[in-house]
Amino acid sequence: MSIINKTYSKFLAIFPIIILFISVLSSSKYNFTYDENYLSLNISYIIIFFWSLKRPEYFGYGFIFFAGILNDVIQNNPLGVSSIEYLSICVLTAFVRRRIILQNLIYDWVFFLISILIVGSINYIILVYIFNIPIVYNSLLLGLFVTFLIYPVLAKTLSWVDNIVQISLNDKKNK
Amino acid sequence: MSREMGRDDFVISARSVFLNKGNRQKFSLLTLIIISIVILSLEYFKSGPINQIRMITKDIIIKSSYVASVPFKSISKTYSTVIDHFNMYDEYEKLKKTKIKKQNLMLENNFFKEENQRLKKLIDEKNLYNDEFYITKVLLDQKSPYLRSLLINKGFKHGIKLGAAVRSDSYFIGKIVDSNYLTSRILLISDLNSKIPIIIEPGSISAILSGTGSNELGEIEYLPENNNIKEGDIVYTSGSDGIISSGIPIGKIILDNNLTKVDYFKDFNQINFVKVYYKK
Repeated sequence: MSIINKTYSKFLAIFPIIILFISVLSSSKYNFTYDENYLSLNISYIIIFFWSLKRPEYFGYGFIFFAGILNDVIQNNPLGVSSIEYLSICVLTAFVRRRIILQNLIYDWVFFLISILIVGSINYIILVYIFNIPIVYNSLLLGLFVTFLIYPVLAKTLSWVDNIVQISLNDKKNK
Repeated sequence: MSREMGRDDFVISARSVFLNKGNRQKFSLLTLIIISIVILSLEYFKSGPINQIRMITKDIIIKSSYVASVPFKSISKTYSTVIDHFNMYDEYEKLKKTKIKKQNLMLENNFFKEENQRLKKLIDEKNLYNDEFYITKVLLDQKSPYLRSLLINKGFKHGIKLGAAVRSDSYFIGKIVDSNYLTSRILLISDLNSKIPIIIEPGSISAILSGTGSNELGEIEYLPENNNIKEGDIVYTSGSDGIISSGIPIGKIILDNNLTKVDYFKDFNQINFVKVYYKK
């Protein structure tokens, strides 16, 4: 029985990582067209931003780096681009964690916009200027904007998931 | 004084962000960013052992991604099955009507094929058409604003080379752009970077088909000014690049506000198996 409990606890601890890997592996499912522009929702940005801001202890940087490599292979990007993007989000959230004492959704949302604009710029500079890979600027910008818009909804959902995980973990500890 | 304090604060924060490993972290952010930059700079090596290591890494990741994507695929497959059941009666009616037409066309096609071969022999033309192909399974389909591609489970170990034509059923869907040891990537004709030499029949008008990122329509470029292209004309590969065989159907012409577009015959969202053509 204790083995099952231990496995369950470990599963809960790595649950955010599992969600990140699922979002990376199924990234092709979050694409749609609007006004002849092809949009891509970057759910992984939201997941990394949310959990590295709220609970970095459950979100190993090594896993984030590996998720980036995985994303690059699947998206046919030069290896390392997504890792730099994801780790840049972690750098920015780590700054915020040290600077801001009280967090709320509006602050997080505004800071998320700044973060994805910085990360989007890094993405654009590396792909266009260094590797000469053509990118539709409108699609990139629209994709980031839609990702920004859905942040509150997903953040609320992830908070709810996080609460469940924390309650379950605390229950296990108390037992 | 306060500005100096602020700067010190910033330096302390930066040092702690980049160098501190933090609770339960095995690597510092700086280490991982440096590793990422090193991996990124290795992209400049397109041959040699680094390229081989990269290909093996890609193979491993693509194969494991395929396993991980099975649940998602089964969900979308179930959804498609349900939709297909709803559309079954309409489809049946449509098929009944087209069956008779198809039989006539097949007979006509056989006649033209034989005539074509006979005429080619007469003018002694090199036959680019090739029937040698591998049927391969699609491991992952990748759609993003910058990429429309499929990953298949055959690589250069199986003789697949860059530029090889890929068909789904009888229709041209793309060409091989990246070949690893066990897996390859097909760039679909709908991709933004895809440019295919085509011929429009009737009239034998040569042009270039460019992908737009849309799965439904492609754009035709470099058309002659005075052309008699009509809606419904058929677009085939021209074979003028010397790699892709000629005469593979791609789609039909749609005229939209003075723009000539191609409506692809194949629905790129419904591809599970493809034929990769190769030359002996």
